[in-house]
Amino acid sequence: MTDSTVTIEVDGRELQAKAGAMLIEVTDAAGIRIPRFCYHKKLSISANCRMCLVEVEKVPKPLPACATPVNEGMKVYTRSPRALAAQKGTMEFLLINHPLDCPICDQGGECELQDVAIGYGQDVSRYSEGKRVVADKNIGPLIATDMTRCIHCTRCVRFGDEIAGIREMGSTGRGEHTVIGTYIEKSIDSELSGNIIDLCPVGALTSKPFRFNARAWELTQVEAVAPHDSLGSNVNLHLRNNKVMRVHPRDNESINESWISDRDRFSYEGLYSSDRLTVPMIKKNGEWKEVSWEMALEMAAASFSEIKEPDQLGALLSPTATLEELYLAQKLMRGLGCDNIDSRLRQGDFRTDANQTHANWLGMKISEVDTLTSALVVGCNLRKEQPILGHRLRKAALAGASVHTISPLQLELNYKSQQSLCTPADMVGRLAAVAKAAGVKASGSVASFLNAAAVDEFAQNTAESLKRSDSSVVMLGALAQSHPDYSLLYALASGLADVSGARLSIVPSAANTVGAQLAGAVPHLHAGGQSADRKGLDALSMLKLPRKGYLLLGVEPGMDFWNGALSQSALQSADTVVALSAYRSPELEACTDILLPIALYTETSGTYVNAEGNWQQCRGAVKPLGEARPAWKVLRVLGNLMNQQGFEYTDPQQINDELRALCGDISLDNKITEPASFEPTLSVDGLQRVGDTPLYATDPLVRRAKALQLTKDAGEAAIRLHPQEAIRQGLESAQHALIKQNGYQANLPLALDESIPEGCVWISTGLRDTSMLGQPFGEVTVEKA
Amino acid sequence: MKVLTNYFKSLFLLELFRGLSVTGRYLFRKKFTVMYPEEKAPVSPRFRGLHALRRYPSGEERCIACKLCEATCPALAITIEAEPRDDGSRRTTRYDIDLFKCIYCGYCQEACPVDAIVETRIYEYHFENRGENIMTKEKLLAVGDKHEAQLAADIDAQANYR
Repeated sequence: MTDSTVTIEVDGRELQAKAGAMLIEVTDAAGIRIPRFCYHKKLSISANCRMCLVEVEKVPKPLPACATPVNEGMKVYTRSPRALAAQKGTMEFLLINHPLDCPICDQGGECELQDVAIGYGQDVSRYSEGKRVVADKNIGPLIATDMTRCIHCTRCVRFGDEIAGIREMGSTGRGEHTVIGTYIEKSIDSELSGNIIDLCPVGALTSKPFRFNARAWELTQVEAVAPHDSLGSNVNLHLRNNKVMRVHPRDNESINESWISDRDRFSYEGLYSSDRLTVPMIKKNGEWKEVSWEMALEMAAASFSEIKEPDQLGALLSPTATLEELYLAQKLMRGLGCDNIDSRLRQGDFRTDANQTHANWLGMKISEVDTLTSALVVGCNLRKEQPILGHRLRKAALAGASVHTISPLQLELNYKSQQSLCTPADMVGRLAAVAKAAGVKASGSVASFLNAAAVDEFAQNTAESLKRSDSSVVMLGALAQSHPDYSLLYALASGLADVSGARLSIVPSAANTVGAQLAGAVPHLHAGGQSADRKGLDALSMLKLPRKGYLLLGVEPGMDFWNGALSQSALQSADTVVALSAYRSPELEACTDILLPIALYTETSGTYVNAEGNWQQCRGAVKPLGEARPAWKVLRVLGNLMNQQGFEYTDPQQINDELRALCGDISLDNKITEPASFEPTLSVDGLQRVGDTPLYATDPLVRRAKALQLTKDAGEAAIRLHPQEAIRQGLESAQHALIKQNGYQANLPLALDESIPEGCVWISTGLRDTSMLGQPFGEVTVEKA
Repeated sequence: MKVLTNYFKSLFLLELFRGLSVTGRYLFRKKFTVMYPEEKAPVSPRFRGLHALRRYPSGEERCIACKLCEATCPALAITIEAEPRDDGSRRTTRYDIDLFKCIYCGYCQEACPVDAIVETRIYEYHFENRGENIMTKEKLLAVGDKHEAQLAADIDAQANYR
């Protein structure tokens, strides 16, 4: 036995424990239940609810189990008359001011206070005075408050402080006058805020979209994987009458710990959006008509067969589709002889494809992000792209990691970081400076940049930190991946990672970004992740060189593409566009000829390969809405109708097995071979657009989640400028402005924002009001409206 | 000897007359047959007949959609759907009782924290068309409104025993 282990006795049972561990951790591990409210395994210890009082031998007073470290030979009684008297006393005090409104409380039936009151409460209250009443706060569209029910456990306060990283809630007043709130009237804007609903042991904080909709005992629970970010957070779907009523986190220490992002939690509202497509439809003479599945599928097969040159086809697939769907879609297209398949719809530079032999990934295990000691994050707002990954990087930063960022937007990070704010065109130069400082040899495609780079203090610091650290990373995020000179950033980052001993991380943006590459839903890799000898057109070229026929899977023209305007014009000019979609949007109706309704993630079984290459399978939890069918079934029948071989699947598991066999033990790798020469394409003249994709605009489902769209993170279609830049453009007093880009234009509200570098305009993509504009980066002009 | 006694007993129809004497006694007693439907039997305040939803004297419906009746119903006869009303209060949008399923056990009334769902003294009702067996929220409230005086009195009378 090592020194660090102690033996204690709890209720007569002998337990081994780590010295210094808190008593409640030991009893929890041993399955001995001590009632508690304020203690939570993921939060710091506050010991303020006093519910976990236990009797310890030779100690005159009961001690709180959550704040009592174990000692050798300690004898603890959790159910002795003294312990029970203390616990019952605490319970009585807690109930003094708790309203008896369980029948109208959404927490009723899953309430920790109810559960503990059954065991430790009394039938009759001795308190006959007036109860305390606390005014409710409006803290935004996601969380409903009933503050009178609050028992001041401060879990929500500690969550904001320790996990979300924004002190949004706090307690004011003392004793009976203690009030939990936001100090001033303000909404809670954290991207992880929904977790305080789960943390609240009573009904003080409940879900607003779920309010009064169902009772805990009516719900059945089905496991699922959330499809909005590349982590594949484990969730539980709570169902009632074949309908998803809410989404809860499922503990998975290696992915999402105990948390999920608000995007994963509240996106379920979009499942029942009024524009769900529930019957197959075809366009005849400009009129949309509902038709039978047989007719729609036969028409789709016939119209593709009419196009005799297979190269005139193109498939644009959503990286949020399941692995099976992506695999079948590319199998169908490759079977027809067409290699124009891509799922990297938000990427604008594909020049590194030729140098890539493996699928891109996070470059490390998700849990390894916690232990990083140095990170250079390029064009990536991790917090608002992959909220859980952002939380993990914050954990690393709080533990002492130094985080450096190069970004065209000032990032609101909830930890210390060194940020280098620059225009999009400058990003390459800044990264080159870091690479130069780290000692990357000037050769090949990026030589000219390395030679021209001026090493400043930031570059020096970053390079030193990366080299000094034994666990460092260079991350390329969504803004880097949609950069018109992504290949340059990639080559520089790759060189920098090699020299400094850091990992290279291409942060996957969507649920199946990694899966799509393994399934062959990219032009340069075959199914199984093997390098393709015959490379097709990438997502952008397919639109720049319009094809005659397109197959769309789960995408919306305009919103899901790098160049929104181009995607709409290219699709409109095609002879045939067949869209497998769960929704009918005006953009889809304008661009497509056949709409086939497909199931969403809760309705179909499938696999998601997350950022670390973990294959996570889930089953369909509910029946597809209306006549919608899982996309794999639709693609299977299309394959049959077009006389393709090997489309006789009866179960998605067969597709999964087939692909797994193809993948073998292939590894994910971000390495690229030495590229020839990349010339910068982004001009440095004029006003530059910076177009990010807001947190709640990433895919069709989340864009339809009503409550999320009311939050601050939903993003607004606006022209955001630095005040100085606005004066230069003569727009300091304008409310609206006209933005022009490559012949496209839009009239949008104008907002001034000091966090944007001068010379840049921040206009988000992925929003309906900006979908008629072009690429997210490039020269634009702003005029008075 | 026993054989002889039995012989005389059956010869003089003794058992028959003993039986007839009961008939005769009841023939001249006061009758307790109720001439239904002209006459009706008395009904206990605890009688569990047709359901009703009650309102407060202010006219506000009592039911708060806590769904305890739905949860306790052993026959799964109750279906409730709820959402926040315009004023933010918790109310049902649907409250159906399937009278074909209901076994009139009275658990719903027992479970209700606000005395909203009650079983009335009404036992005379019938259905002529398919679907009429479903008591909707409107029908239940209408029954409650009509018999509120009686229901309130019955609940008062039982208050001491609950």
